[in-house]
Amino acid sequence: MPADNPAPAGSEPTALDSAATDQGSAKSEPILTADGVKRTFGGLVAVDVDHVEIQRSIITALIGPNGAGKTTFFNLLTGFDKPDQGTWSFNGTDITGRPAYRVARSGMVRTFQLTKALSRLTVLENMRLGAKEQRGERLWTAMLRFLWRGQEAAITEQAQGLLKRFRLHDMQGDFAGSLSGGQRKLLEMARALMAEPELIMLDEPMAGVNPALKQSLLGHVKSLRDDGMTVFFVEHDMDMVRDISDRVIVMAQGRIIAEGPPDVVMSDQRVIDAYLGAHHDATLTVEEEEEILARAHDELTSDQDPKDTP
Amino acid sequence: MSWIDVFSQSFEQMIGPSAVFYCLAAIGLNVHFGYTGLLNFGQSAFMMVAAYALGSMVATWDLSFWIGILVGFGGVAVLALILGLPTLRLRADYLAIVTIAAAEAIRQILGSVSLVEYFNGQDGLFGFQQTFIDLNPFGDSVGFTLGGLTINWSAYDFFVMVVGWTLIAISCLIVFLLMRSPWGRVVKGVREDEEAVRSLGKNVYALKMQSLTIGGMFGGLAGFMTALAHNPAPSDFATDTTFFAWTILLLGGAARVFGPVAGAIIFWFFISWLDLFFDKATAENLIPDAIMDANQASLMRLIVLGLVLMLLMIFRPQGIFGDRKELAIDAR
Repeated sequence: MPADNPAPAGSEPTALDSAATDQGSAKSEPILTADGVKRTFGGLVAVDVDHVEIQRSIITALIGPNGAGKTTFFNLLTGFDKPDQGTWSFNGTDITGRPAYRVARSGMVRTFQLTKALSRLTVLENMRLGAKEQRGERLWTAMLRFLWRGQEAAITEQAQGLLKRFRLHDMQGDFAGSLSGGQRKLLEMARALMAEPELIMLDEPMAGVNPALKQSLLGHVKSLRDDGMTVFFVEHDMDMVRDISDRVIVMAQGRIIAEGPPDVVMSDQRVIDAYLGAHHDATLTVEEEEEILARAHDELTSDQDPKDTP
Repeated sequence: MSWIDVFSQSFEQMIGPSAVFYCLAAIGLNVHFGYTGLLNFGQSAFMMVAAYALGSMVATWDLSFWIGILVGFGGVAVLALILGLPTLRLRADYLAIVTIAAAEAIRQILGSVSLVEYFNGQDGLFGFQQTFIDLNPFGDSVGFTLGGLTINWSAYDFFVMVVGWTLIAISCLIVFLLMRSPWGRVVKGVREDEEAVRSLGKNVYALKMQSLTIGGMFGGLAGFMTALAHNPAPSDFATDTTFFAWTILLLGGAARVFGPVAGAIIFWFFISWLDLFFDKATAENLIPDAIMDANQASLMRLIVLGLVLMLLMIFRPQGIFGDRKELAIDAR
C-alpha cells in the first residue's frame, strides 16, 4: 500500500538525470512519449500516467507491485487496449489510438507476459511469420511462388541467424508447442526481432524461465541495446532489473511514482513503500507518523498501539 | 434390390453428385476452420446464396446462365462481408452464432410466401439448368462392372460428377498454393493466436475477412453444383447440410488439403451403405418388425453416424489424414 501520491514536482529537464524523480523527466532523445494516459475499468483507475518519456538506445525497466497497471500501460501504448484519454507518440509521430498491427509496423514491437508461441507452427515458421512487408502475405500474390520465393529465402536466412543466436537452431523443425516455457520466451523474443523493431517492448521476459536460461536471456536483452535497439520491459525480477536496465520507472496503483537510475530508484523510500507496503521496517517521516497516530486515535481500536509504529 | 445392390449403390454414392457438393462445402470449411480457426456454422448460407442466385437469375429474371454464376459469386462475397464485418473483431464464438442464425434466416426468407414470385417458396427453383445440360457430352449412362458389382450413373449425373471433381481438384490446388505461401502461414498463425500475429504487424481483421470470403467461395461452388444436380429448394440447405459438411471435414482431417476429399468419399459410402443396409434388413425381416420397422430404419444411419463420430473424436481426433502430433499440442 503506497503511503501517498507524491505531488508532481517540476523536475529539471536534463538528459538523463541521476536523481530519482517523481514523474517522467524529459529526455534528450525520447523515442516514446506519453501524456495524460488514463484507463479505468469501471471505478478502478488502472493507469493514470501524467507524462513519461523513454530514452532511445537504452534499456528502460518498468517495475511495480502486482496490479500497478504495468501491463495495461503496455497494452495501451501498443494499441491492444484503448485508453479513456491521453496521447502518445513514437519517433515524434502521434500514434494515439493506432491499431496494434500498425503500431507494430511503425517499429514498436511487443511480446507478451503469457507467451504466445504459435503452437502448431514450427519454430522456423514462427520466425518467418515475424518478418515485415512480405509480398507473399498479400492474397493476390500468395499463390504465385516466384513472386515471393527470393524474399522467403532471405527471411529464412535471417530467421536462422537469429535462431542460432538464441540457440534454438536445433529445434527449427519442431512445433513451437513442444518447446519448454523458457524456450518459448526466447522464441517470442527472437520472433519479435524478425520485425526489425526500433523499440522492443518485453512484458515480463523472465517469468517462468529457469535460472540457467535467465543468464542467457539477460545477455540477449543487453545485446539488443548494443545493436542500437531501444528496450522497454516490464519485470518483477529485481536482480534482472538492477543488472541490465539503464533507467527504471516505477508504477504503483496506475501512477508513475518514481523514475531514475536503478540503484537510486530502488533505494527510494516511495518505491520500497510501494513494494513492501508502507511502514514496514521503514523509518517514517514526521507527517506519516502523525497521520498514523491520528488514524489510530480515531479508530480507538482495543487497547493496542498500531502494530506498525516503529 | 439385392444385397449386391447395397454395395454397388453405396459405391455409386461414394463419388456421386452429393459427395461432390459436400466435398466442396467441406473444402470451404477447411479454409475457415482448419486453417484460420473461424467457426462457420452457416456454410449452407453460402451454398444457398450461390444456388439461388444462379437459379433466380435464369428462371425468374431470364438472364444468362453465366450472369447467374457471376451474381452467385458476388452474392457470396457480399454475404461474407455482412457476416464478417460485425463479428470478426469479436471472439470466435460470435461468428458461429451469427453464421448459424444467418443461414436459417436466409433459408426462411428464400422459402417465404411473400417472395414466392421470385424464389417459388418451398418448392424451390427449377428449369434453369438448360445451358449446363447442353454442355453435357455424355449421351448414355456411364458405368462399369467390377468383381460382380455393377456401378452405373446416369449421363447427367456423370457429367455433374466430372465437372464437380474437376472443380474439387482445382479447389484443392488453390488451397494447397495458398496454404504453403506466407499468406497461409499468417492465417495459420491467426488460428493459433491472433494477438501474437497482430503484435507482429499483421492486419488480422483483413486476413480473417479474406479467409471467410475464400471459404465462402468454395461453399458457393458447392451451391452451384447442388443447383445443377437437382432443383434447389430451401430444405436442401437446412442446418444439417452444414453439419454434414463439418462431419466430412472432421472425418477426413482438418487443415489437410485432401482431408475434405477423403472425408466426403468415406462419409458418402458409409451413410449410403447404412441407409441401404437397414432398409434391406427390415424389408427382408432380417431385423424383425418388433425391433425396428422400415420407417425407423431410415433414421438408423444418423444414429450410427453419430456414434462413429463420437468414437472418432475419442480415438482419432485428428481425423483420418490429420497429424496426431500436431493435434496433440494443446493450442490454448
